[in-house]
Amino acid sequence: MRWHAALLMVAGASAAGTMVASATPPGSVDQAVILADAMPPTLSAFGFFANAPEQVPGKGVTAYRLNSPLWSDGAEKLRFVYIPPGKQAHADGGGLLDLPVGSALIKTFAFRKDGKRKLIETRVLLHRASGWAAFPYIWNAGQTEAKLAIAGGHADVTTPAGVDIDYRIPNKNQCKECHGLSGKVTPIGPKARNLPRGWLEQMVAAGHLDRVPQGADILPMWENRAEVPARLAARAYLDANCAHCHQPNATASNSGLDLRWEQDDPEKYGVMKHPVAAGRGSGDLLYDIVPGDPDHSIIVHRMASSEPGVAMPELGKASVDGDGVAEVRKWIAEMPK
Amino acid sequence: MIRTLLFAGLLASAAPVFAETHRVGPGPDAQQKLQEALILAKSGDVVELAAGRYVLDDGLSLDVDGVVLRGAGADKSVLDFTHQKSAGEGLLVTSDNVTLRDFAVENPKGDGIKSKDADNIVYHAIRVEWTGGPKETNGAYGIYPVESDGVLIDGCIVSGASDAGIYVGQSNHITVRRSIAKTNVAGIEIENSRNALVSENIATHNTGGILVFDLPSLPVMGGGNVIVEKNVVKDNDTANFAPKGNIVASVRRGTGILIMANDQVLIENNAITGNATAGVMVVSYVNSFDDKRYNPYPRHVTVGGNAFEDNGTDPQIDGAPMLLKAFGGKLPPVLWDGLGDKASALYVAAGIQGWSLNLPAQGKGLADAKPAPLDVATPPAPFDRDGIGAPAALEQRIG
Repeated sequence: MRWHAALLMVAGASAAGTMVASATPPGSVDQAVILADAMPPTLSAFGFFANAPEQVPGKGVTAYRLNSPLWSDGAEKLRFVYIPPGKQAHADGGGLLDLPVGSALIKTFAFRKDGKRKLIETRVLLHRASGWAAFPYIWNAGQTEAKLAIAGGHADVTTPAGVDIDYRIPNKNQCKECHGLSGKVTPIGPKARNLPRGWLEQMVAAGHLDRVPQGADILPMWENRAEVPARLAARAYLDANCAHCHQPNATASNSGLDLRWEQDDPEKYGVMKHPVAAGRGSGDLLYDIVPGDPDHSIIVHRMASSEPGVAMPELGKASVDGDGVAEVRKWIAEMPK
Repeated sequence: MIRTLLFAGLLASAAPVFAETHRVGPGPDAQQKLQEALILAKSGDVVELAAGRYVLDDGLSLDVDGVVLRGAGADKSVLDFTHQKSAGEGLLVTSDNVTLRDFAVENPKGDGIKSKDADNIVYHAIRVEWTGGPKETNGAYGIYPVESDGVLIDGCIVSGASDAGIYVGQSNHITVRRSIAKTNVAGIEIENSRNALVSENIATHNTGGILVFDLPSLPVMGGGNVIVEKNVVKDNDTANFAPKGNIVASVRRGTGILIMANDQVLIENNAITGNATAGVMVVSYVNSFDDKRYNPYPRHVTVGGNAFEDNGTDPQIDGAPMLLKAFGGKLPPVLWDGLGDKASALYVAAGIQGWSLNLPAQGKGLADAKPAPLDVATPPAPFDRDGIGAPAALEQRIG
């Protein structure tokens, strides 16, 4: 059984890693664990946190937020980026920051229970020499450690909207369903246009980023959406929530639907576009988006469903994002017929 | 250099030296065990499903090249998705050179087995079934390879799909063979694909038996080079139960073989019987469109010798009583909408009867039809079979 041997080797390697880590101050990232071609069995092996249960980042690890984030059943998300010392990320217009090999993106998902924050899972994206690798870690009941769960898992949680759900923690392959582009794993979130300008400036000042891109679009802050045109807030939402699959060379490329912010051909982002492989997801409707008519737009129908086979996104949601649906409805309602 | 050659040799070998078999059985932790097996498998490995019913609550996925997922038989190893809570399909394959064989997928909430950008895939002796019969709430596609080069579907059976039982989309070098598609909306559908061989299948009690077409505004366009031969296309008599919005929702009950907006298609040596609307229907795209790359017309479609019987007896077309009267109680087996190049859209072998709607324009509906007996040329040359079908190497994985 080669697996067992392989797992033992991983365990052995991590024991060695722990020993090395214990010789360094707590909260110092272990670069070797990020780079090694292995699946570290515990989150603590990386040393991303000075205090992991409290989600206090360690040395060299920086917290960030997105202007318009991906919604995941209303989970509170704690996002961090690590860029190795002596290296720098490069800004490429408004697109994804080009993070050097050795970097890591860390995202913890939490829900409130009895007024207290409960960590459910932490997902890491590691930039290795061979490319990006994605691993999910699930927190134990005592909130002391998160363990690798390549087959994913689930947890009973109550969303901030008060819905009791069977929250799904994606497996390693499902990580790639959203993070896959042209067959390779890639980050989704940290696009310069979706990061606060002030944060980018701080990253430049700290030497972690080469420059703040000039002239690039800036996505609106989701919480301020009432103050910007629905067109901008809705397109930012679709970019952050849908476009990682709905773009050329990604998981939903065969649908022909392209929901990226930069797509400016209305038919490509769904206006009067027939579905291709929607099946019962079409809900007896004829077009993805009917201007002025959200009730007859498949995109709204699927966002407003939590039923597998109908619901969009297919992964990472067991309930409906009422705010997201409302904003997309508003945008479609305002479109000239 | 030597090492490179050695590795090349290993990759090319059908049975890698270190291939292992990982056995998984049913039980309360089947979801996790099976998914772990599919993640940890290495290229060349076999993941073996022991006989039994696997009650699964989430979709499965495979992203490792060269893996064989093999059950004990299409009635023995059953992946049961009746209680599925998430994912858009039962099993998703996103890696190349994968073989799926000898198991069943039942009642997935979305599609049955989807393989996307998964080149050289083999589906052999797979059953995908929605066990409650035809229902609009069934998933769309049973067996669903898309954006792939090299697809062999052999000895499979699919029933109950609310779109197409076997659906091959935006792919190239395809064989669908010796399979059964029954009680789906579309039995077998080849869409926006090239070099497809559809042979020796049975398509029965679907709304439409075998569909070949091209749609606009998709990443992959230009469907054609398709052979549909030696199939039994019989009694496709199920009322259309596809949710509206999907192109197949417009397929009329009793359609035997439908060719729409495709180039170079051969229909020959099929037994086509009991299809109440038409044995063979050759038409242009029905909707309006805005895609300059798209050709909405049939081109070079050849209807060779086929055994036709009892088709066109109850056509689901406006004015059917009048049509039936005009043609003597049943319609001729071949129906053309009359659109496309008059000289080269359609060729029909001598002795086969047909009729044309003689539509004046594409995308305008049937209102201005002027039905008349078919008057088209016989096939001008033997059909060019070169390059059609799945790569021969895929055959070695069956047996």
